[in-house]
Amino acid sequence: MTSALPLHLRRLEAESIFILREVVATFENPVMLYSIGKDSSVMLHLAMKAFFPARPPFPLLHVDTTWKFREMIAFRDETAARLGLDLKVHTNQQGAAAGVNPFDHGSSNYTQIMKTEALKQALDAGGYDAAFGGARRDEEKSRAKERIFSFRSAHHGWDPKNQRPELWSLYNTRIAKGETIRVFPLSNWTELDIWEYILAEAIPIVPLYLAADRPVVRRGGQLIMADDARMRLLPGEVPEMKRVRFRTLGCYPLTAAVESDAASVEEIVHETFSVTTSERQGRLIDHDESGSMEKKKREGYF
Amino acid sequence: MSEPFTVLQLASEASARAEPDKGTLRFLTCGSVDDGKSTLIGRLLYDSKRLFDDQIVALEKDSKKFGTAGDAMDFALLVDGLEAEREQGITIDVAYRFFATDRRRFIVADTPGHEQYTRNMATGASTADLAVLLIDARKGILSQTRRHATIAALLGIRHVVLAINKIDLVEFDRTVYERIVAAFDEDAGHYGFASRVAIPLSARFGDNVSFQSERMPWYRGPTLIEHLETVDLAPELAPSRPFRFPVQWVNRPDLSFRGYAGTVAEGEVSVGDEIVVARSGHAARVARIVTHDGDRESAAAEDAVTLTLDREIDVSRGDILAPATARPEVSDQVAAHLIWMAEEPMLPGRPYLMKIGTRVVGAAVSELKHRLEIETMKPLAAKTLALNDIGFANLSLAEPVAFDAYEENRTTGAFILIDRFTNQTVAAGMIRFGLRRATNIHRQALTVDKASRALAKSQKPAILWFTGLSGAGKSTIADLVEQKLNLLGRHTYLLDGDNVRHGLNRDLGFTDADRVENIRRVAETAKLFVDAGLIVLVSFISPFRSERRLARDLVEAGEFIEVFVDTPLEVAEARDAKGLYRKAREGKIRNFTGIDSPYEAPEAPEIHLRTTETDAQSMADGIVAYLQTRGYLGG
Repeated sequence: MTSALPLHLRRLEAESIFILREVVATFENPVMLYSIGKDSSVMLHLAMKAFFPARPPFPLLHVDTTWKFREMIAFRDETAARLGLDLKVHTNQQGAAAGVNPFDHGSSNYTQIMKTEALKQALDAGGYDAAFGGARRDEEKSRAKERIFSFRSAHHGWDPKNQRPELWSLYNTRIAKGETIRVFPLSNWTELDIWEYILAEAIPIVPLYLAADRPVVRRGGQLIMADDARMRLLPGEVPEMKRVRFRTLGCYPLTAAVESDAASVEEIVHETFSVTTSERQGRLIDHDESGSMEKKKREGYF
Repeated sequence: MSEPFTVLQLASEASARAEPDKGTLRFLTCGSVDDGKSTLIGRLLYDSKRLFDDQIVALEKDSKKFGTAGDAMDFALLVDGLEAEREQGITIDVAYRFFATDRRRFIVADTPGHEQYTRNMATGASTADLAVLLIDARKGILSQTRRHATIAALLGIRHVVLAINKIDLVEFDRTVYERIVAAFDEDAGHYGFASRVAIPLSARFGDNVSFQSERMPWYRGPTLIEHLETVDLAPELAPSRPFRFPVQWVNRPDLSFRGYAGTVAEGEVSVGDEIVVARSGHAARVARIVTHDGDRESAAAEDAVTLTLDREIDVSRGDILAPATARPEVSDQVAAHLIWMAEEPMLPGRPYLMKIGTRVVGAAVSELKHRLEIETMKPLAAKTLALNDIGFANLSLAEPVAFDAYEENRTTGAFILIDRFTNQTVAAGMIRFGLRRATNIHRQALTVDKASRALAKSQKPAILWFTGLSGAGKSTIADLVEQKLNLLGRHTYLLDGDNVRHGLNRDLGFTDADRVENIRRVAETAKLFVDAGLIVLVSFISPFRSERRLARDLVEAGEFIEVFVDTPLEVAEARDAKGLYRKAREGKIRNFTGIDSPYEAPEAPEIHLRTTETDAQSMADGIVAYLQTRGYLGG
């Protein structure tokens, strides 16, 4: 029952539901970016609540770089089937044909081609006028500055210096033809809120979040999991089994694990109280250079 | 340093403790530029141990590169997330930050101090319960301090903290602190905050932020964090407020279910309660309160639910459901405070869109009562509002809406204005009261109406609106059309821009505000003539799309025929029949359309005349033919 939730989670839940409904009521053709991670799982759960007894009246879109963890893909397909949702999967075919990968092309180019470009292709192809994303303001400094309804030009660009004022819950949803809005229903949630909510609502998550013995190599101070045979090992590297889990999930060669014994959501909540590094520490693409998230976002990254 | 923070309690543990769930406090930091807002938030995050090791490492690196705090860590860099902000050392946009103590969770809006970004401060204030107003102890109260206090108060923030910062730079001097507090209190009557707490502090060194400073033994009040943890926000919420439910989305998964999804804005509702649709007065009882977690017996403020009713009544998005005994006001005229947020000034009469609750209606400022001068806190007479101006105005809406005074209800009393063409949010508005004029001045029902007048003339009344540059040929063509219609025995009237300015509009000049009013009067006059059954020819430069839209919206569909007299500027200027272009080029006439004032060409005119391709006679014939084939000229 919802009323069992603590007050702050109840408010966050209601705020997110309001945002989800506002989009469906005012846009022609919305889509939900589904990244399979914990935030997407919460966002999807909120969508199931917002439109009940109807199903969420929009498709899910997953941009598949082909380098996701295998368990993520299995979880994705199982979730869509369990909830009876319309799942659309898009891969940048030119990029895939050219063999673009995180090893040879550098994380920055790879992200640009297989994620950012792929996303733009999928949004254009679907003719979507609004796209939900699971980003939170506490993740990163430039995200802390972003509106809940974030306007994008016809070329998907973000102009951080010229954002619409966003007052009360009066979201300005008007756009011209070709323009789009990205909507972040989880803007005001923190990492801890997400975990507490997953715990309270028993929301299914990818098992990679829970500690288990997994084959990893230590590289540049980070633990990288060898998820399949495509993992390129450097001379002298031998994957060893370590008890690890992931705080954030992306492409496996670019996502670092943390050593942890937290094998249940309760234990994760406890661990999240006491961690001393931010969750995006495990995202290798953020470290390309300072301010690199803002740059990616201006180009259309979610 | 003492340890005022411990990590947050688990939800399950918190509920086991005696202390009630205080929920989340949303506050903003505001004040003039360089008063240390970002530094204070950085300090709060740092002290609350919500900074992670990798963030601290990045901060140390950034402090060396951009820092303004010497060798010390520059906490402002933690929150100034945009590149331009870090380079310029200022905050441009509002940033939201999250931290928690063992007593409460906090969402902080860090808002910019520069006047040019005031709208971003208002954005932060609109969702805050409390304002921390920073004041640089060395500078005291500045006009930007007053502006932010005024906006915070207007937006309904009832609790303010005066954070008198950089107290270390005035030797922790008590008299400086007292002088500033006294100066603020002189203005306090204007703001009407329910509580005001003044705290001397140093965000950079942490004095009185989260630990009691030993360097100010004269100050015995709470530290900033103690105050934020304990401030009681809602004593006035105790008396129960009437139920308000703005319908957000009609949920119809199949024929058997019709639910109204929305978030309770105020009050409570239970199954069986009688409610009405505020605008229509149609009544029904609540049959079910549906949620994904099962049906509920009742719902209260902030609950997102779906209501079903016991009978079929007309309810759609934008309606407000309320108890029959305590309905919101319904009117198409309201008096409201406006904070102007666009570079383009507010022009009375110009049509905007108003979003109020979940409803969108056309709206225009019918009368600007005053503009507030921040320096003196005095209302001044004004014709327009510029970026960041605060004003008080009457607005006239295209249809009646349901609302409460903003003081009573921040959800049903707030609105934004949106530009119809750029889609920018141009203003934030707070309704003070409804103007009863609309309900008291009942329209006289007259026996002879537009249809019977038109019938007597055997024609269909309409406005032919000629728009184009000065010298484009509007009046020439309009004159020819009227001659031809006269020969056909049709009843017409021609309103010409120059002629009207000699009489009806002789008090108006050529500023943007006057141009809008000029067109408004002409459009209203044309509407009366249409009502009289006439075919009205209006020949006006009418350079702005919004005003032509206003004229179009005044009459019924099919009664407005926009005629774009399309003559390139070079051609019109070469003709220069009245010698006006020459004078404008010489700077003798200001605000001349096409020269130093814009002309916004119609996007989809009913009739598009390219004057360089055809002569005036044939164009006039074309217009008459247009009227004939569409039945305007009768049998």
